[in-house]
Amino acid sequence: MSGPASGRRRKQRPVLKVQDLAVTYDIQQGGLLRRHTRPLNAVDGISFELARGETLGVVGESGCGKSTLARALLGLVQPRRGRVLWLGEDLVGLDEKTLRKKRKELQIIFQDPLASLNPRMTVHDIIAEPLWTFYPKIARVQVEERVRGMMKMVGLLPNQINRYPHEFSGGQCQRIGIARALVLNPRLIICDEPVSALDVSIQAQIINLLKDLQRKLALSLIFIAHDLAVVKHISDRVMVMYLGRAMEVSSAPNLYRRPLHPYTSALVKAVPIPDPAARRRTATSGLRGDMPSPLDPPAGCVFHPRCPYAVKRCEIEVPPLRRLPQGDWVACHLAEELDLTIVKSG
Amino acid sequence: MKSSELTGNEREAVAGEIDPFEAALRLGDVKGRSPWEDAWHRLLKNRAAVTAAIIMGVMILVVVIGPWVISWDMDYTDWDHTNSPPSLANGHWFGTDAVGRDILVRTLEGGRISLLVGFVATIVSLLIGVSYGAIAGYYGGVTDRVMMRLVDIIYALPFMFFVILLMVVFGRNIVLIFVAIGAVNWLDMARIVRGQTLSLKRMEFVEAARACGVENRDIIRRHIVPNLLGVVMVYVTLTIPQVILVESFLSFLGLGVQEPMSSWGALVSDGAQDMESAPWTLVFPAVFLTVTLYCFNYIGDGLRDALDPKDRL
Ligand code: SF4
Repeated sequence: MSGPASGRRRKQRPVLKVQDLAVTYDIQQGGLLRRHTRPLNAVDGISFELARGETLGVVGESGCGKSTLARALLGLVQPRRGRVLWLGEDLVGLDEKTLRKKRKELQIIFQDPLASLNPRMTVHDIIAEPLWTFYPKIARVQVEERVRGMMKMVGLLPNQINRYPHEFSGGQCQRIGIARALVLNPRLIICDEPVSALDVSIQAQIINLLKDLQRKLALSLIFIAHDLAVVKHISDRVMVMYLGRAMEVSSAPNLYRRPLHPYTSALVKAVPIPDPAARRRTATSGLRGDMPSPLDPPAGCVFHPRCPYAVKRCEIEVPPLRRLPQGDWVACHLAEELDLTIVKSG
Repeated sequence: MKSSELTGNEREAVAGEIDPFEAALRLGDVKGRSPWEDAWHRLLKNRAAVTAAIIMGVMILVVVIGPWVISWDMDYTDWDHTNSPPSLANGHWFGTDAVGRDILVRTLEGGRISLLVGFVATIVSLLIGVSYGAIAGYYGGVTDRVMMRLVDIIYALPFMFFVILLMVVFGRNIVLIFVAIGAVNWLDMARIVRGQTLSLKRMEFVEAARACGVENRDIIRRHIVPNLLGVVMVYVTLTIPQVILVESFLSFLGLGVQEPMSSWGALVSDGAQDMESAPWTLVFPAVFLTVTLYCFNYIGDGLRDALDPKDRL
């Protein structure tokens, strides 16, 4: 049974519908003479839907294509195939001008708060830039008023309006980034690991702020992170990615209680370790080997070389992402047979 | 960022206590300090750079004004005092050379030429290099590859050979020196600017601007150029002495400015020939030249430290 929240939300018409999205990079290889390009499938056939006011968590190890997915949704990189339907309209293949108009409704928050702010612009200019872009004739007073309003909304003192990014802490910089993303009243915000670069104590503040704003403004969120602990409290549903593919899309409570995919189960088991260094070491506890290079992903199920349950079939046949009776999605041949329920220890 | 760095404001804002928040607001707008101001303050704290800048300022003033004030002309021959050592009595403070020309005025006039070459050639290389490098870096792809390959090819040509060829074909001429030096120096500038543009283009704040729908020309104007300026400034201050040195080298080889004009390089070259009989003809221009080179290098280093505060935190 799916959680009540996602059950209610799924009845609404989705605002965002992603169908079979794939992004391929050309990787230059070889020396001066024998240079050739190889395709790297950073995102390979991702599909999902997002309702108004819903939060989708996207989780995966670095290099699994989650950041590329974020950029492809916004049209910052060109997908090779697939569709991104925003309110029923396909964003893929739109010309630059039309896409620019759509960007009013879809915004992004970046991982490194300081790097995402131009060091030579004041807070005012940073938050005002989207306004200048979309309303070139807007009066100066109005811009300033709006910027001050936004600063207050994200918990910054509006009288700091003339300061520069380097005069703020990491958490405050991220608030500036959030204010910039919200200033045009968007309907969807993609958060690309918005707290990974922050101190643990500040992470919670930023996540709470995002939750708060989401409720107030009826935002849809796509929340990307590299571990499950961070997305746990904010997501309605969670998509687990591995080597550019979706392994599982489940409602958050289900995912933490009874993962459907062996990879998810390994990630869930890794969550309770608070020390980040230890977490990194055990992020894939119980798994053999490292994540294979996305340049030549394994045949069959991409997870099979590391999967403790792999059978012959896994090496040959690609498991499709399919819907189980309880409403969650999984890409594993053995999903019905495996019981990966998490036993809470202690 | 440590949690202890959290200002009170942030904590209170999170806790939802509005009172201190409002109280802080009543204080009025806080003045920000831009990275430029920060850099300026750091530069002022750098004693070596400030001293160098002062010396350089005085040097430029003296070189520009000096020749007007001093009663001697640079090509006036004082037959009564040829090869005179420095003396206050006969009015030749720095002495005279073998044909009785005043070394002081010649050193100052030479300084005018040396500094002029330094500034003009640097500006030439700045203009070509910045636009070339920025275009290659911003557009990338094939444009970038073709443009930078061309730079590599020019870079591979032997510079001295190139200059000598120019001199032989067009004759010795001060404009030609500017052109020759500028034509070679812009290559470095172009490479540096291109690299910087490439990395700026990938910065998250540029991506953020693109995600907000900001147009290319505004991205270049607001995000790329202001962030290039620091590196360019540092490079300019380091290029000036380099150019002066190259000019001196050319003069020393006899390929530099022509008589009766002179430059520090040419004077050092002349002085070196009379080194044993009249050391002052060598020492004074050499000291001026060296001090100038040192000063520019100290200023450049100071600027680099001030503008690139990697180890500040
Ligand atoms: S399909 Fe096979 S290899 Fe892949 S996750 Fe399921 S059991 Fe493991």
